[in-house]
Amino acid sequence: MSDTPAKMSRPRPLSPHLQIYRLPLAAITSITHRATGVALSVGAVVLVAWLYAAANSAECFAQFQSILVSPLGLFCMAGWSLALFYHLCAGVRHLVWDAGVGYKKETTNTTNILVIISALILTGAAWACALPKLPML
Amino acid sequence: MNMQTKSFRSDIGRVRGLGSAKGGTHHWWVMKITSFALIPLTFWFAYSVLHLIGADQAAVQAWVKQPLQAIILLLFIGFSLHHSANGLQTVMEDYIHCPVTKTILMVGNKLLHVVLAAVAAFSIITLALKA
Repeated sequence: MSDTPAKMSRPRPLSPHLQIYRLPLAAITSITHRATGVALSVGAVVLVAWLYAAANSAECFAQFQSILVSPLGLFCMAGWSLALFYHLCAGVRHLVWDAGVGYKKETTNTTNILVIISALILTGAAWACALPKLPML
Repeated sequence: MNMQTKSFRSDIGRVRGLGSAKGGTHHWWVMKITSFALIPLTFWFAYSVLHLIGADQAAVQAWVKQPLQAIILLLFIGFSLHHSANGLQTVMEDYIHCPVTKTILMVGNKLLHVVLAAVAAFSIITLALKA
């Protein structure tokens, strides 16, 4: 605050900012947990609408189902399933952290990979079961 | 904050009214409890969705007519929406800095989730009890 003009002219050190800073994997898994959470909140609206369509009438429900199995619908379902399993796996890690376990840097580096791999395996398994049952395939 | 500013106000006087809202522990607990509950419920939900692929309305109704499935579905929706409301609130608290916008969004967030819960509960009960 009380810098002299001579001191002010010297370039100040800048902290790395988001645009030029390569996020470490721990930061990527962290922000992805939050992003998938927001995406799942949007998905919850669709789930409630799906239930309401079922309670409303058979025609209404059939129309809703046809939207879900359209290319755009399937794309969204793929995204939401991955978001759901990622948020589940990363959420379990949060519960472990809250128990005071797994804070070592090496441990976190391992669990980063573990969270990503488990989410991909669960999503893959779900779609392996789902694909043969899809009406148009 | 410039700590060298001469002021007759004490430190406690300066922070009073700017402290915590005393609701943080409750929010944290709600997130932990709903998270725990949602672990088995999510696997149940994924299994159920896979089971219901290509189902028509009659099949969905037959599924919700089973008391156990209806109860678990109500629990899944309830815990999910509670978790979602609290999670989105945290995101708003972190990224929205205008107090007016933040308050409007946070209240709107709670209201939207209550409405969603009401619509979901109505739909599940209708499906379960409809002939």
